[in-house]
Amino acid sequence: MHGAWQGAWATRPPLESAGRQVAAVAEFDSVGLRYGTGAEVLRDLDFRLRTGSFYFLTGPSGAGKTSLLKLLYLAQRPTRGRIKLFGEELSEAPREDLPPFRRRIGVVFQDFRLIRHLSAFDNVALPLRIAGASDEDVEGPVREMLAWVGLADRASARPPTLSGGEQQRVAIARAVINRPELLVADEPTGNVDADMANRLMGLFTAMNRLGTTVVVATHDVSLISATPGAQLIRLENGTLVDPTGTLKNPPRPPRSAG
Amino acid sequence: MLDWLFPSPADRRLLGTAKFGGPTPWVIAIMSFSIMLIAASGLALASTAALVSSSIETRYTLQVPGGGANLAQLVATVRSTPGVSSVRAVSEIDMRQTLERWLGPAAESAELPVPALIDFDAADASRLASLQRRAQSIAPGASIVAHRDSVRPLLHSLHLLQWVAFGLVLLLSAAASAAVVLAARGALDTHRFTIEVMHGIGATDLQVTHMFQRKILIDALIGSLAGALAAAAVLLLLASGAALAGELTGGATLGPIDLLILALLPLALTLLATWVARTAVLRSLRKAL
Repeated sequence: MHGAWQGAWATRPPLESAGRQVAAVAEFDSVGLRYGTGAEVLRDLDFRLRTGSFYFLTGPSGAGKTSLLKLLYLAQRPTRGRIKLFGEELSEAPREDLPPFRRRIGVVFQDFRLIRHLSAFDNVALPLRIAGASDEDVEGPVREMLAWVGLADRASARPPTLSGGEQQRVAIARAVINRPELLVADEPTGNVDADMANRLMGLFTAMNRLGTTVVVATHDVSLISATPGAQLIRLENGTLVDPTGTLKNPPRPPRSAG
Repeated sequence: MLDWLFPSPADRRLLGTAKFGGPTPWVIAIMSFSIMLIAASGLALASTAALVSSSIETRYTLQVPGGGANLAQLVATVRSTPGVSSVRAVSEIDMRQTLERWLGPAAESAELPVPALIDFDAADASRLASLQRRAQSIAPGASIVAHRDSVRPLLHSLHLLQWVAFGLVLLLSAAASAAVVLAARGALDTHRFTIEVMHGIGATDLQVTHMFQRKILIDALIGSLAGALAAAAVLLLLASGAALAGELTGGATLGPIDLLILALLPLALTLLATWVARTAVLRSLRKAL
C-alpha cells in the first residue's frame, strides 16, 4: 500500500453527492432494533455522526456493534425510532429509495463479502459499475486503487486465491472506490497483522482527511489510541454508554519526529 | 431500455459461468413442441370448420317423399327459381342403390319409403319459402332442408375441439411459466450472496433483475426454437404422409396466417417466460431490504 495517494480518485468528487453537504451524516433518534420476536439488541440510541468526523465503535462482543453498523449502511431497518442519513429520514423510506443512499456509503465487512467468482479487479469495480460508470471510466480508478492497496499485480486473482490480508485490502478498495461520504468498517483489522492494520488505518485517515465520515467498529484499543482526534462510541448491551455520544478519545500527543 | 440485452463482459461475469436453470431450456423445448403441435391441430380444425361451413352455407336439399315420380318437373321448378344454381337430382333409384350398400336387398323393398332428393345452391334464402310452396303443389310433403342445419352438430364439435386445443395451449404455457418461476427461484438462491453484495453496494432491483432476465431470455429462446423446429419437422412428416395416402388433400390446410401464428408462438413463449422470470425475480427481491 502506498503512502500518500495523489491519484485522480483522491481529487474527484463522489459519484452521487457532489455539492451536497449536511452537518450530520447520520442522526439516530430513540432507535431500537430487535430481530424477529426476540429481545431488543439495540435500545434507545440517540446520537449524531458529524460530517467529516472519525468514529470508533467499541464494546464487548454481543453489545450490538454489527447491528448498529447494519442500521448505518441500510442493511436493516430500526424497529422503532428514527434514522436520518445525509439529512433524509430513511427509517420508513420505501426500499426503492434506498439504493442511491447506499451508493454514498462504503462498507468493509468483517468477512470481506467478496464475490468469489469475480477477480479482484471486478470486485473493486463493482460499485462504479453499479453506479453506471462505463468500462473506460472504471479501468483507471480501479487500477489506481489496487495499486494503492498494494495489489496491482493481483488484479486478475480471484478471492479464494488471495490471502486473508489481500482479501481485506480488496474489500477496502471496493468500499472506498466510489469516494463514499460515509465509510463503515466492521473489524477491518481483524484478519491482518499489526503492520497491515496500521496501513489500513492510514488509508481510513486519508479518506477522512478528504472529507469522508469514517466509522470503524473494533476491539483493538491500540488502533483507537493511534488515531488522534477520533471519537469513541461505546455500546454495552445494546445501549450507548454515553447517551450523548460525545465521549472523546483523548488525542495522543503527536509523535516526535525521529 | 433494452440495454440489458447487451450487457458488458463485466456484467456477464457477475453471474459466473453457472447456467440459469439447467433443465429449463429442455422443459421449455418440450412445452414449445407440444404447444406447436396442439396449436397446429387447433388451427387445422378451425380451417376445416371454416371450409365445411363455407361449402355448405348456401347448399340445400329438396326432399321429395314417395320417390318423386314427377322429379323432372320439380327439377325444372327449382332451376327456374332466381339465384339457384348447381342443381343436381338424386332419383329414388339412385338412392336405393346407395342404401343397398348398408341395407342389402331390403333397400329394394317397396315398404321402405325412400325419398328423391334435389340438391341445389341458393344465393338468396328469402326465395326458399315460395320455392317450397311451389314444390309442394307438385309433390305434397316436399320440403327444403339446409345442409348447414344437418352439419351443425359436426361444426359444433369442431369448434369445441378448437377451444380444447386453445385451452391446452394456455395450460402448457402456464406449465412452462411455472417451470420458469421455479428455475428463477433456484437461480436466485444460487446467486443470493452476489445479490446481497450488489444490493448492499447500491444496486437497484432492476439492475439485479436484468442479469437474470437475459439468462432466461436466452434459455427460453433456445428451448422454444428447438421445440418449434422439432414440431415443424413432425408436421411436415404428417402432411407429406397424408398427401401420400391421399388424405387431407383438398381438405384442411394451414393458411399463411395460420403459419404466421405458429411462427410467432415460440417468440410469444420466449417473451412469456422472460416476463414471468422478471416478475418472479422482482417479487423475490422485494422480500429483502
